[in-house]
Amino acid sequence: MSQRIYDVAIIGGGPAGLAAAYGARQAGAESVLVIERDRELGGILQQCIHNGFGLHKFQEELTGPGYASRYIKLIRQDAKIEVMLDTMVLEVAADKSIWAVNPKFGLMQIATKAVIFTMGCRERTRGAIRIPGYRPAGVFTAGAAQRMVNMEGYLPGKKIVILGSGDIGLIMARRMSLEGAKVQGVLEIMPYSNGLTRNIVQCLEDYDIPLYLSHTITKIHGAERVTGITCAAVDGKMQPIPGTEFDIECDCLLLSVGLIPENELSQAVGVKLDAITSGPVVNQLRQTSLPGFFAAGNVVHVHDLVDFVSEEGGIAGKYAAQYARGNLSAPVRTITVTAGTGVRTVVPQQIDVPATVIEPVRLFMRVTQPDKKIAISITSADQTLVSRRLPVAKPSEMIVIEMPASKLEEAGEQLTFSIQTQ
Amino acid sequence: MLNINKTDIVVIGGGITGTAIARELSKYELDVVLFEKFPDIGAGSTKANSAILHAGFDAKPGSLKAQLNVRGNKLYHDLEEELGLEVKWIGSLVVAVNDEEMKTLTELLERGRTNGVAGLEILSREEVLDREPQITQNVAGALWAPSAGIFLPFGAALAFAENAVRNGVKVITDCPVEEIVTEAGKITGVRTKHGFLAAKYVINAAGVYADEISRLAGDDSFAIKPRKGEYILFDKKTSNLFKHVLFPAPSKVSKGILLSPTVHGNIFVGPNAQDTADKEDVATSTDGLNEIINKAKQLIPSLPLGAAITQFSGLRAAADGDGDFIIQPSSVTQGLIHAAGIQSPGLTSAPAIAEMVSSILRQQGVELKHKVSFDPVNPRKIIFRDLSHEAQQQLIAQNPLYGRVICRCETVTEAEIVEAIHDSCGARTLDAVKRRTRAGMGRCQGGFCGPRVTAILARELNIPITAVRKDSPEAYLFFNKMTADCKEVLA
Amino acid sequence: MTQCVRKINCIVCPLSCVGEITSEDGQIQTITGFVCDRGKKYAKEEMTSPKRTLTTTVKVLGGALPLLPVVSKLPLPKDRVMACAQYLSTVSVKAPVAKGDIICPNILGLKVDIVATRDMPISQKS
Repeated sequence: MSQRIYDVAIIGGGPAGLAAAYGARQAGAESVLVIERDRELGGILQQCIHNGFGLHKFQEELTGPGYASRYIKLIRQDAKIEVMLDTMVLEVAADKSIWAVNPKFGLMQIATKAVIFTMGCRERTRGAIRIPGYRPAGVFTAGAAQRMVNMEGYLPGKKIVILGSGDIGLIMARRMSLEGAKVQGVLEIMPYSNGLTRNIVQCLEDYDIPLYLSHTITKIHGAERVTGITCAAVDGKMQPIPGTEFDIECDCLLLSVGLIPENELSQAVGVKLDAITSGPVVNQLRQTSLPGFFAAGNVVHVHDLVDFVSEEGGIAGKYAAQYARGNLSAPVRTITVTAGTGVRTVVPQQIDVPATVIEPVRLFMRVTQPDKKIAISITSADQTLVSRRLPVAKPSEMIVIEMPASKLEEAGEQLTFSIQTQ
Repeated sequence: MLNINKTDIVVIGGGITGTAIARELSKYELDVVLFEKFPDIGAGSTKANSAILHAGFDAKPGSLKAQLNVRGNKLYHDLEEELGLEVKWIGSLVVAVNDEEMKTLTELLERGRTNGVAGLEILSREEVLDREPQITQNVAGALWAPSAGIFLPFGAALAFAENAVRNGVKVITDCPVEEIVTEAGKITGVRTKHGFLAAKYVINAAGVYADEISRLAGDDSFAIKPRKGEYILFDKKTSNLFKHVLFPAPSKVSKGILLSPTVHGNIFVGPNAQDTADKEDVATSTDGLNEIINKAKQLIPSLPLGAAITQFSGLRAAADGDGDFIIQPSSVTQGLIHAAGIQSPGLTSAPAIAEMVSSILRQQGVELKHKVSFDPVNPRKIIFRDLSHEAQQQLIAQNPLYGRVICRCETVTEAEIVEAIHDSCGARTLDAVKRRTRAGMGRCQGGFCGPRVTAILARELNIPITAVRKDSPEAYLFFNKMTADCKEVLA
Repeated sequence: MTQCVRKINCIVCPLSCVGEITSEDGQIQTITGFVCDRGKKYAKEEMTSPKRTLTTTVKVLGGALPLLPVVSKLPLPKDRVMACAQYLSTVSVKAPVAKGDIICPNILGLKVDIVATRDMPISQKS
C-alpha cells in the first residue's frame, strides 16, 4: 500500500458515498477513496430490488440496483476514484487517519485530508424493544431477511408475521408473498402506517394481507423455531390492553421497527451527535463539529427517498473537496436551526453563513405527527422568514424547505421551524 | 462419532459441572466420555446466569454450597492462569437501604467469616457513594466482598472441555443419553444414538434434567424444580455506570435482583425467581422484565433502558429438599454418582465439585493414578481485536481471513470464526459461534453478521445453508426458495 | 342495473388522493376526488384492468452473485403477477448478464418482457 494522502476518503460505498465521491471529483478533488465493507458498491440499494427509486433525480422509476448502477458507472469510469471493497474501517482518528483492514492488504493506515462518513444505518432489534418470549430461530430484522431473500437466495420462513408497517415491512410483505410464503399479517403500534400509501395498496391490499393498526407483539412462541406470536391492541400510551390478546400462527417474525444511524466511528472520533436524529450535527455543507469531517445520507438522519440521500452526498463531497484543497471559506457567523412545535428533526442543524451568501440552503425536516392543511414556517426571533403550505404532511415523508439567500441574510442567530394547522 | 464400546467413566451433562468434572478426571489414567444432549456444551443454565464468582458469604455454614463455593472461588485463581479464563476480580457490594437491611448485612458478614471468606467489611453510606456515585441516595451501607469476581461461564465450560479433550477425554455433543443400563442394581453402561457404551460409573451432571437421568438409572430420590431467572443486557456504552457487582439485601428465596458488569464491558440486570414446571421454559415475560427493571432501578435509578440490547433467561437446577447440592453416590444404583441440584453458587463451586466427585470415585474403589502427560494448560486463543496493530498485520500476512471482519460491532474476523468451528469442541451452530467469538453479541445482535456466519458455518461444515441451526437441535434458520411446478403455472 | 361505488387510493404521486368511481353494469359513470388526470387514468385502469410492475429475482449460473434482480418492462395484469413470479422462480440465467438484457421475453404470453436491472459478471472464484 502506498503512503499517498487522499484528498477525500469516504467511509461507505452506498448511495450517499457514491454521490459524495462523484460530487468530490466534480468539485476538484484530485484523489478520492471509497471504502466499502461489502463485496460490491451500492450499499443497501443492491438488496432493494423493487422500484420507486429516482423519481426526483432521474424522472424515472428505477429499482434499487438500477439506481445504484447509474452511480457505480460514474465512479468506475473515473480513474481518480479508488475503491476498496471487502474492507472494514476499524477506527478513524482525530488526525483523520483511517485504520482499515481487508484480506488482501491486511491492516492499513490511510491518510486523507477530508473524511466523509456515509455508513448508513443498522436496524433496531428485538432486544432493543424488549419483546418477551422465547428466543427461537426465525426472528429476523426485515432488512437482514431482505438480503437473504434477494441476494443470497434463501427464505427466512414460510408463514410470516411482520412487526412494523414502515416501507421496509410493507415491501417485505409483498416480497415474501411473491416467493410463495403466506404473510399472516402486519402489525403496527401506531394508529397509522408510516409507509407510503402506494405500498399499502401494492404490498398489503393486493395480497389480502391484514394490517393491524395500534397493535404490538406481547410474546414470541417456540422454543427452537418460531411457532407463533401473541399480539394485543395498545392504548394511547402504546401499552398493551389486557384482554385484547390473540395469537397468530407463524414460523417467522420479521421486525421492521426502525433504523438507527450507525455512528460508532463518528462518535469514537468525537463528532457531536444530535440526540434526536442519532446522527452527527452538521451544517449546510454537511460538515460535522470536527473540521474536515463530513457526513451524509442515512448516517446523518434516516431518509425515505434515495434522491435526497444522493443530494446530501453530493453536498458533502463538494465541500469535503473544497476543504481538502484549502478552498473552504471561513464562515462569518453561525445560525442554529431548531425544531419547534410540530417538527421532529431538521437537518442541517446549523448554518455556517459565508461572507457572501449566494446559494439558497435546502433544509430537510420531518413532522412529529400526520396532519393535513398545514403551514410550515421558519422564524427568526419573531419574524417569519419563510412560510410554506402543504395539503398533507406525514412523519414518514421528509419535507424539503428551501431558504433563499436573501432570507438567510435577514436571519438572526436562531432559526426555528414550526407547524401551524390551518 | 464414537468408535469405542467401553470406557471407565461416563459424565452426563456438558455444562459447567460436567465439564469441570471431565477436566478433573482427565488428570488421571482413566477413560472418560462426556455426553451432552444439545449441539453445544454449556447450552443449558451455564449460558444464562449471573456469571458471578461468589465470595461465599451467602451460603448456609456447614452446607456443601458454603464449603464448595469458597474452595471453588480459590481454585479459579489458578484456573484463570492455566486455562486462560477471562475473569475480573471486581468485588461485590450487598447494598442496604434501611436499618433492617443493615442488620442483614451484619448477619452475612458473620456467615461469611464462618464460611472462611476473607476481606469482608461493612462500608458506610459515604464510603459506598464514594465507590459507586450512581447508587441510590437511599443507601444506608453495604457489605464489601473483595474476593467476588465476574467471569465467562460459557468460556470456562469450553476451556474445561477443551482441556479435558486435550488430556484424552471424549466429549460428544448432540447426543442425549437414552438409557442407563443396570444389572442387579449396578450400572453396566449407557445407550445413545451411537450404540451401547459399557461403563461402571456414571456421573450425573445433567443440570435441570438430573432427576430424569437419575430415574433412567432407577433412582428417583430427588426432583429438580426449575426456577427461572430473567435478565436484561445493556450496551457497552453503559459500562461506566457502576464498577462492582451490586446485590440488594437478600431474601429467603434468592440472592435478589442484582446488577453487574460483564467481563466484556456490558452491564446486565436480573435475575428474578419464578418456579416453572416446564424444563424448556426459558421465555422472558413482560411482568418478569418489568420486575427486574423496577428492582434494579431501586439500586441504580439512572439505569438507561434505551440502551438495552437483549433479554434472556435461564433455569436454576434447584433440587427439592433443603436445596443444597446433591453430590454423593446414589443410594439406589451402584456406580451412579450425582452432581445434581447445582444452582447458585454452582458456577463458583464447579471446580470444587469436581474435586469432590473425584474423591467419591476413589472411595468407591476407582484407582486415581496421576496421568504423567497431563497438561493443565490450554493454548491461548487469538482474539484479533485485542492485539496490537503489528500483531494484527502479522496475523493477516499468515492467514488473510484475519483481514476480513465479519462482526462489525465486536470486531470479529473470519479466521476466528473458522477456528471456533474447527477447535476441539468446535462450534456447529450460529449461537455456538457467538458464544466463542462474540460475533452477534453486539448492538445489532447479529443483523449484519448473522447471514455471514451462517454462510461460513455451511462452508466449513460442508452442509447446505438450510442445514445450519441457530442453537438447539431443530432450530433451523433458512429454507430453500419454493419453485412452482412450471407446467402448472403455464396452464 | 347494478350500481357500484368504489373507493380508489391513487398511488401515482405522494398526494395519494382517495377518489371514487361509480359504475353501472360495469360501465364507468363518474370519477371524483382525483386532483389530476394521471389519477383519473390510474383509477380507470384500476377499475377495468389493474396492472402492476413485477420485481423479483431469478437464479444465476456462474455469476458473481447467486441471484439476478429483474423487472417487468411494463406493468402486468394484476391477477397474473403471482403466476409470473412463480414462473420466474423456475428460471435460471447464465452469467454474464448486462443491465437491460431480456431474461424472459413475452412472459406467459402477456406481451411483457422481463429484464435484468443490473449487470451480473461471471464469478471470479475458480
